[in-house]
Amino acid sequence: MMNLESIPIQAFLIVSSSLFCIGIWGLLNSRNAVRVLMSIELMLNAVNINLMAFSSYVDNNLIQGQVFTIFVITVAAAEAAVGLAILLSLYRNRVTVDMESFNLLKW
Amino acid sequence: MSIAITTQFICFTVLSLVILVGALGVVLLESIVYSAFLLGGVFMSVAGLYLLLNASFVAAAQVLVYVGAVNVLIIFAIMLVNKKEDLKPINNINSRRIISTSICLTLLSLLIRVDLTNVWSLSNPLNSVGEESTIRIGEHLFSDYLLPFEVASVLLLMAMIGAIVLARRDVMSKDISTGLPVDQELIEKSSEPLLTNKS
Repeated sequence: MMNLESIPIQAFLIVSSSLFCIGIWGLLNSRNAVRVLMSIELMLNAVNINLMAFSSYVDNNLIQGQVFTIFVITVAAAEAAVGLAILLSLYRNRVTVDMESFNLLKW
Repeated sequence: MSIAITTQFICFTVLSLVILVGALGVVLLESIVYSAFLLGGVFMSVAGLYLLLNASFVAAAQVLVYVGAVNVLIIFAIMLVNKKEDLKPINNINSRRIISTSICLTLLSLLIRVDLTNVWSLSNPLNSVGEESTIRIGEHLFSDYLLPFEVASVLLLMAMIGAIVLARRDVMSKDISTGLPVDQELIEKSSEPLLTNKS
């Protein structure tokens, strides 16, 4: 059994790195627009885990990381609402959620 | 935190496994509905990790905002746009997959290397605020982070209005192009989509 008094910070950082990379993979490879939004949420959660780990291990008296996490959660909620509204509007105009068919801005 | 260290390790391992397996399921599963529910599980496990880090207020905010609002919003969006459609095959999908996977693996190895090799300047655990983190967050929000706090409220208002404007159907008395009166019934009629595929 490991003789430690607490979980090492590296464990949290590795979990958040892996979650971030899974999010990027999903963002690049999804064809469904809803799944792209879900991948963005995964990446934001990875960033939040990182901020929380640092605020608890490096800055455990002022915990400014937790305040930042609150702000990131706020921005993520706003992003999800606006993103899904854009998605609905796109779906109404093109009758599909396939990312490959949203190519009006492609040169 | 006063839980025994062995219990903390077991909780951390279980929560991390749920997070990583759930996230893989979110991006890999065929059915988008299963992905949405797995995403809720991932959000709950992240809230559990926050509890392990002594942050009860942020964990509660995570459950309220992510599971209660964002996930429900995603499920509603799936209900509104969930139409079975056969996706057109795209050329050289395999090379695209290989390139994106290798980019992700490279980034992952880089991040893990930084995580493991860097020497973090950890602070003394005796200074920790521990259970009083909620009080400390409140002090921050109303003293040195007051301006970002107020700007966040404006941002939420803008997002709400923007989402309403983007998501509603146009409510106009006249059609712009023809000048005829538009019928304002709630049920959507089947209409020609505005920007059909040119090909």
